[in-house]
Amino acid sequence: MTTTQRQVSKKAAPIGSAPVGPGSSAPRAAGRPKLSEKKRDGIAGYLFLTPWLIGFFVLTLGPMLISLYLAFTKYNLFTDPEWIGLDNFTRMFSDPQFQQSVQITLTYVLVGTPIKLAAALGVAMLLNYRSRGSGFFRSAFYAPSLIGASVSVAIVWRAMFNNDGPVDTGLSFLGIDVGGWVGNPALVMPMMILLAVWQFGAPMVIFLAGLKQIPGELYEAADVDGAGPWRKFRSVTLPMLSPVIFFNLLLEMIGAFQIFASAFIISSGTGGPAGSTNFYTVYLYQRAFGDLQMGYASAMAWLLLVVVGIAAFVLFRTSKFWVHYGGDLK
Amino acid sequence: MSTLDTELAPVLPLTGQKQRVPKWKKRSTWVTVIWAVVLTVIVAVVLYPLLWMVLASFKPSADINGNVSLLPENPTIQNYVKVLQGIGGIPVYTFFINSLILAVGSVIGVVISSSMAAYAFARVRFAGSKIFFGLMIATLLLPFHVLIIPQYIIFQRLGLIDTFVPLLVVKFLATEAFFVFLMVQFIRNLPMELDEAARIDGAGHPRVFFSITLPLIKPALVTSSIFAFIWSWNDFLGPLLYLNSTDKYPLPLALRLYNDQSSVSDYGATIAISVLALIPIALFFFIFQRFLVEGVATQGLKG
Repeated sequence: MTTTQRQVSKKAAPIGSAPVGPGSSAPRAAGRPKLSEKKRDGIAGYLFLTPWLIGFFVLTLGPMLISLYLAFTKYNLFTDPEWIGLDNFTRMFSDPQFQQSVQITLTYVLVGTPIKLAAALGVAMLLNYRSRGSGFFRSAFYAPSLIGASVSVAIVWRAMFNNDGPVDTGLSFLGIDVGGWVGNPALVMPMMILLAVWQFGAPMVIFLAGLKQIPGELYEAADVDGAGPWRKFRSVTLPMLSPVIFFNLLLEMIGAFQIFASAFIISSGTGGPAGSTNFYTVYLYQRAFGDLQMGYASAMAWLLLVVVGIAAFVLFRTSKFWVHYGGDLK
Repeated sequence: MSTLDTELAPVLPLTGQKQRVPKWKKRSTWVTVIWAVVLTVIVAVVLYPLLWMVLASFKPSADINGNVSLLPENPTIQNYVKVLQGIGGIPVYTFFINSLILAVGSVIGVVISSSMAAYAFARVRFAGSKIFFGLMIATLLLPFHVLIIPQYIIFQRLGLIDTFVPLLVVKFLATEAFFVFLMVQFIRNLPMELDEAARIDGAGHPRVFFSITLPLIKPALVTSSIFAFIWSWNDFLGPLLYLNSTDKYPLPLALRLYNDQSSVSDYGATIAISVLALIPIALFFFIFQRFLVEGVATQGLKG
């Protein structure tokens, strides 16, 4: 918070009085305006925060703990949860559908996210090349990000990649005849990744704002040193942009883990064909709300949380080696 | 809007400082032409699915597949007529009204609860604020799927399944950290002097919040409202979990009905209602696109 405010209240605090935590019950005797202001700050802070606090404890932290407990039980919503220890977790090792969903989701995250970010960075650099006239393009590229997760787009995507749909027809003009992508287990993943890449606009906008912050002097200096475009990209753009790359990578990866609506709609909720759209969250949903295996699904949910947590942690830890924060290069 | 612009302005490199165009920025006309052509091609590819969708909705169902032409050869509004007849005995406007109630309710909830929380984090000094702020940031990264089962159980115990309450109450309790974070960033950039002057004049926190902070963060409120509206409008998982009766379905669930149940002859109708469902978002986009794009940009950089 503000230093001014802190200094004011420090100065006004009676000498020798114990530091009083705001919000705690301040000695009533003091009655000094500043002390009571501190107390008022505490009350006001918690009053303003009340909705968030209820939301956090009742709808986030509480549910997380319930979910953790349920992960060690067998529970079908109607009878009481039955403690089964680690059975839900050991069951994952012998559940081929689970393993398939992990494999599909990891492929989607690890292949789709880099392609999407590469597209976003490439187009952002194109847009940054010239600012006049780029506003229209920026908005047009951003549009898919707004609607990409909607059911409408999933329906259209399915229609476009259908047998004899526009993509199939277009490809057969080029002499490539693959038929419908939707019914072909081998082509569903590329189709899903294309849907993700199509929404490159949101990270692109963030990249573009980052590119605009790179001081032009750095490129001038690189010019003086005789650096070519590739060298400038490697030695100026990438390091200067690394905090933004880090941010985008983190958000996009976490988002990709949670893909649900498009996979659900494209497979009509079945995870088919041949389990090729059986993404982790789709499988979790089916186990929980289709089969009412709340315990097993909770275990899956916590595993997802742990994996996402580890992924974020690894990203944060390794970021030291590749993310440069302001001043590193100057 | 203007505040967002001025906020970004000092960030732009070297604006107005030098008249000389640096060597790396000199461009020939040819390069500019190639630049525009390349971008136009990319835009065409990106927007093609949307264009195809709109045009396909005016084709007879039998013409949608296996037809090379992008433009409808036999344009028809039959698909839309079919959509207006509703599905399963429920008129189609019901789905629009349900979606609208949920989206407007979300906007109100998000604006009230998130601005309050943001004010507390950005402007009030109280014990625990740092810890709670950290926890709030942590929930930004929390996979939503960890919460769906226990939240469902809680709302089921409260007898609130098949009502809009579970979908709206989460918005009134500021559970979407994105909005709180966006507003905190915005409030922190406002000059503190205004608050201090008001405080010296004897205004309490509620007064400062309503008379100074809220009017000044209008751009952030607009950005948040648009996102809250669009996210609610597009939300599929929430309604899928909590709503059972068809007459309470918002559009995404209604679309699913069309998608799953429709025979080949209804193919066109499915696409037509998909188009209709996107129209409000398209309107928002055309009106507010700068807010949206800049909201995303600030969110990324002020972290």
